[in-house]
Amino acid sequence: MSQYKVLVADDNASDRLILSTILRKQGHLVVQAANGQEAVDLFDAEKPHLVLLDALMPVMDGFEAARLIKRLAGEDLIPIIFLTSLKDAASLAKCLDAGGDDFLSKPYNRVILEAKINATQRMRQMHETLQKQRDQIAENNTYMLQEQRVAKAVFDNVAHSGCLDSPIIKHLLSPLAVFNGDVLLAAHKPSGGMHILLGDFTGHGLPAAIGAMPLAEIFYGMTVKGFGMTDILREINMKLKSILPVGVFCCAGMVDISFWKRTISVWLGGLPNCYLLRQNGERIELASNHLPVGVVDHRAFDDNCYQYNMEPGDRFYLWSDGIHEARNDLDEMYGEERLEALFDHTEDHDLLFDRINDDVNEHIKNSAPDDDITMLEVLMVDESEIREEQMVVKMGAVSGPTDWSMSYKLGPTTLRDFNPLPLLLHQLLEVPGLRPHSGTLYTLLAEMFSNALEHGVMRLSSDLKVDPMGFAKYYQMRQEGLDNLTAGFVEFCFEHTPTAEGGSLLMRVIDSGSGFDYGDDGVVKAGDGNFHGRGLRLVASLCKYARHRGAGNQFEALFEWQREI
Amino acid sequence: MSIWASASQDGRSLTINIEGRFDFSAHQDFRESYEKTDAEPDEYCVDMKQTSYLDSSALGMLLLLRDHAGGDSAKIKIVNCNADVRKILTISNFEQLFTIQ
Repeated sequence: MSQYKVLVADDNASDRLILSTILRKQGHLVVQAANGQEAVDLFDAEKPHLVLLDALMPVMDGFEAARLIKRLAGEDLIPIIFLTSLKDAASLAKCLDAGGDDFLSKPYNRVILEAKINATQRMRQMHETLQKQRDQIAENNTYMLQEQRVAKAVFDNVAHSGCLDSPIIKHLLSPLAVFNGDVLLAAHKPSGGMHILLGDFTGHGLPAAIGAMPLAEIFYGMTVKGFGMTDILREINMKLKSILPVGVFCCAGMVDISFWKRTISVWLGGLPNCYLLRQNGERIELASNHLPVGVVDHRAFDDNCYQYNMEPGDRFYLWSDGIHEARNDLDEMYGEERLEALFDHTEDHDLLFDRINDDVNEHIKNSAPDDDITMLEVLMVDESEIREEQMVVKMGAVSGPTDWSMSYKLGPTTLRDFNPLPLLLHQLLEVPGLRPHSGTLYTLLAEMFSNALEHGVMRLSSDLKVDPMGFAKYYQMRQEGLDNLTAGFVEFCFEHTPTAEGGSLLMRVIDSGSGFDYGDDGVVKAGDGNFHGRGLRLVASLCKYARHRGAGNQFEALFEWQREI
Repeated sequence: MSIWASASQDGRSLTINIEGRFDFSAHQDFRESYEKTDAEPDEYCVDMKQTSYLDSSALGMLLLLRDHAGGDSAKIKIVNCNADVRKILTISNFEQLFTIQ
């Protein structure tokens, strides 16, 4: 049986004695008071679990004492049981009105007394448990909000940054939670132009925000290093695919703007249709034609982009589904029609962005928003208007190796089973201006290398490749030749020089073969031809020039790159 | 790298899928994909959705397929190319020989 501390207040000494004796026999501790005032004082000092109050007492009666005790107890529930010989309903009701939790009639019945003590103590304990849990929840909540505030500060620095404050960009982000799942990133490219990315992660809050970190890091990291949009998207897709659980992904749109070429490339995966708005009012609608990022693995990732010319004054609009799905109090979505109507009826395009914002907010004013609303407008301007802003970025990126040369010679053992191309490409991409051309450079290296290896070192004849049998034979001989290679070499020589417009990369591949008579100047022309020689013509069409040199065992190609501003 | 082909139900069309890098190491598989089929297709579709890279020997293989499929009368579509692959096909003027979508 549980032991409680019980405060007994009764002006009648013998009644008090009887009750105290019963309580002690039942194992409780007893504190005695002879009137209401004493009861209140002792309550404060002794902190009993239960108060038994006679209703009628001198100095201060039980009703007044009950009120004061309840006030002293504050949030705690200390049950009060009135002791009374009163029998009429009104008096008993008055006991409960004064704050009593129950009453006990004199003379005392010890069974009922014990039962009432237990009942009220169960109440008190339940109340205590609730209080503890409530306090725990409140504390956890405070802690969580504190954590979220810190995390949000980090998140905002990461997810909504870059050159979003550029005068050609208008953007809107309405956070639904402390975190939202929307990401808006913009960065100047070192070669001029700008990358913009709008992402909408599935879900809200922390799970949605966490994916934004690597996304933003890749976006900024690769943009500043000069990588192209499709390389960045591939990298982001691969990263998100590997870290996000199945079912969490990012609907995204990415834009690559060149102010110099006045073009825009757009990749859309899972976002609502976006608009290109011409200055003359013509509106071109671009539909998402890709899966969101983080869904398919890198082999299935599709990086085809829309390409458009943009004249100064043309605008591009990108948004998450928050706008289309914004609901009013009648549960109607804002929808595409309203949006189209605004586009069709706003003559002054400068006002359009704010109109959309106002109209959507007007639509949802009486209801709680249920998705994040993120929207962006970017204005094409003449290159000169943005040049100053871009110069700041460019200064940093032009550094890096610009005047250098190197050569790399591979002997037979290395040629047998080592692929030098990734290593060489990596070296070339140290030049920031070459990074947007990584795909082309790889092709150039690969074609020149296989030409030197197959026709130079191993002296295979392309004539074999005219029919399927020959094709197979050719590659069979190539493999055998490699397996048994004991002599020969391929040497790569590179020379990079800065030019007024950017830079030029001279590539020369020399092989140990005996060469051939290439006739007059050895220049290889782009254009179509037969089955063989296609590789070198491909090189020629990607380069400023390409030609055979020396005894025909050297091949030289010049690749030039231009700054965009 | 893997290559597989699937014929349409009526056997009139054969789709060849190329996954990964399409270079000389693929020549055997690529050839078998259209030679070792029971179907006698009128048209071919080369699906490059999952092709990450293509070199000049792959161009040669495509031309061999074109020969196999009847040369100038061949009906061959090349679909779902990524930007890099598309660029190589374009600068090689393959648009004149194939339907590239």
